[in-house]
Amino acid sequence: MRKVSFPCMGTSYIPFEKLLKAFGNDVIVPPRPTEETISYGTKYAPEFACYPFKIVLGTYVQVLEKGANTLVSSGGVGPCRAGLYTTLHEKILKDLGYEFEMITLEPPGRHLKDLIESIKKLINVKLSIKDYATIGRFVWKELVLLDKIEKLSHKVRPLEVKKGETTQTYKKCVGMIAKAEKYSELVEIEHESERLFDLIEKKDYNPIKIGIVGEIYVLLEPASNLEIEEMLGDLGVYVERSMFLSGYTISNAVLDLFHIKGDRDAKKMAAPYFKEMCGGHGRESVGNSVIFAKRGFDGVIQLSPFTCIPEIVAKSILPKVCKEHGLGFLSINFDEQTGKEGLRTRLEAFVDLLEAKRERLEYVPTKSKIAKEVS
Amino acid sequence: MKIGVPRALAYYAYYPFAKTFFEKLGFEVVVSDETTKEIMDLGVEDAISDACVPIKLFHGHVRNLKDRVDYVLVPRLVRIKKESTFCPKFLGLPDMIACSISDFKNMFEVRVDIPGGRVDLLKLCMKVGRKFKKGFLKTYAAYLKALSSFKNYTYQFLQGGIPPLGIVAQKRSNPIHLAVVGYPYMLYDSYLSLDLIKKLINMGVYVVTPEMLSKKDKQKQAGKLKKTLFWTFSNEVIRSAYYFFENKTVDGVIHVTAFGCGPDFIVDKMMEIDAKKYQMPYLTITLDEQSGQEGLNTRLEAFVDMLKIKKEKKEAVMV
Repeated sequence: MRKVSFPCMGTSYIPFEKLLKAFGNDVIVPPRPTEETISYGTKYAPEFACYPFKIVLGTYVQVLEKGANTLVSSGGVGPCRAGLYTTLHEKILKDLGYEFEMITLEPPGRHLKDLIESIKKLINVKLSIKDYATIGRFVWKELVLLDKIEKLSHKVRPLEVKKGETTQTYKKCVGMIAKAEKYSELVEIEHESERLFDLIEKKDYNPIKIGIVGEIYVLLEPASNLEIEEMLGDLGVYVERSMFLSGYTISNAVLDLFHIKGDRDAKKMAAPYFKEMCGGHGRESVGNSVIFAKRGFDGVIQLSPFTCIPEIVAKSILPKVCKEHGLGFLSINFDEQTGKEGLRTRLEAFVDLLEAKRERLEYVPTKSKIAKEVS
Repeated sequence: MKIGVPRALAYYAYYPFAKTFFEKLGFEVVVSDETTKEIMDLGVEDAISDACVPIKLFHGHVRNLKDRVDYVLVPRLVRIKKESTFCPKFLGLPDMIACSISDFKNMFEVRVDIPGGRVDLLKLCMKVGRKFKKGFLKTYAAYLKALSSFKNYTYQFLQGGIPPLGIVAQKRSNPIHLAVVGYPYMLYDSYLSLDLIKKLINMGVYVVTPEMLSKKDKQKQAGKLKKTLFWTFSNEVIRSAYYFFENKTVDGVIHVTAFGCGPDFIVDKMMEIDAKKYQMPYLTITLDEQSGQEGLNTRLEAFVDMLKIKKEKKEAVMV
């Protein structure tokens, strides 16, 4: 029997596990990336591999040790390097002596046949069309719901009176969703979690708003970005991320099939600064920053793994864009040596600056009013 | 009118074409000075810190040129083959330059997206010609001349010369043959590569680079990869490496790469794993703006000495 495993990325393991189980596979759930994972990753990966590559490699080593014999991951068409990661992961791991099958899920636009072949390998029970519909509906709902409560937690965290309450509630909700087995249960959980978040005692003030853009893996996997969203929330900042897994899945799996480009707004906004698609999410980073500016955010933080090519291109463009739109800009690189305290200091300084800027902006009109009155 | 060509990145691969083309159109073509410490420092000043050295150098060369010409040519290389594009940094190059170099108004951006080969190239040339209000026939004549000068350039490589470094021919009788693989803008910039190729030649080594292999030989190796790489230059490098591994025409392979080069960590690791399989001596040299001469000398000498000893032992056994 296939013992399937896959890379850990945020909370996506919950719906993915259920999907693979429903298709009749034994699933080994990847552990949360820890020090151990990262040390495996850095040991076997080349030096300049980006951080996600190392974390995923470490995760693979861990799950293979637990007895997995099939690894599933996504492919890509470039020019971002990530599209070749499965090939290289497979090569490195086989060189180390592990035996397994690597299944790469390519985007359907250009590789529809490969994708269908790969999916066929993963379906090991006979299912009726109705079953597929039920499974699909359930998994999709779960994915959307997970994103929804995460968004809720970002909204509530800066306002909470008792520190840590939101994180607790969030974890509780994720736990409930992980246990759900039927669509109707998910609907109930949706109401329940809304109620739970409502119950949290909140302050009434207008928090500093920061948008987060950048490379998808470090955005979505809290272990790789040192839980930056939680850290910012604790500083009393409203954080909004530009990317969620459900949106990513739509644009890369569904729209790609019909050759429609996803994230149109972001691309349009980025066009004056960033004229060429250069893979990854570089262009989206620029476009989303413009959108954040238009929505009245105070600042943008760009997260990227060290040596990530598309984000390097974006990083050289973003300072100019942010300056033109009056946004504060901070770029943070992650690798296996980033320390949490150093990051906290930088974030505190950044938030302080944004607060000072806001006060100054609010102060200026009154000053000119006084000047008018005096004259 | 003066048109400036920065001596970096695409320069080493396609310069003769651009030079002849613009000269025949009636421009004066000015190339930035050869890389020096000053140019490197200018680049490091403007470019963002995480960019790789070649990109930083490009910034430096643009700074070196921009005040003495009417236009600075900044190519946006997208595709020259159907199968692959260029590194994302090439794709975003004009955008990066526009944002990082302040007060740079005379950028002449050319978007090179020619998956269809000759026909597309001609169309692109016509577009450039029209921009400067040159007639069809004049542009066409310039295009033909440019093409033949580019062919001549590639031909010199096939004959064992390295024109950008001024090497016309090498002695095939040298005892050690080494393949030096890497991107043209790494290998042929003598400041950046610390004159690696000439150092090897002075040690009595016959050097082969990816450009010295025929297209056919490289294309034959395409099937070796499970998934074609996304980047044109990387494909050239890895295919030539496989050619050397398989045909054993050289005694060892040296891979020259830049610190923080995105595509190269994949290329390098794949070659490293496969070099082991084919039992080919393999050395990776990583360069950045701070590489020291002595460290490189020691490593090269050690590598070449080991290959010599290995060869002598083998010959002793044969006798």
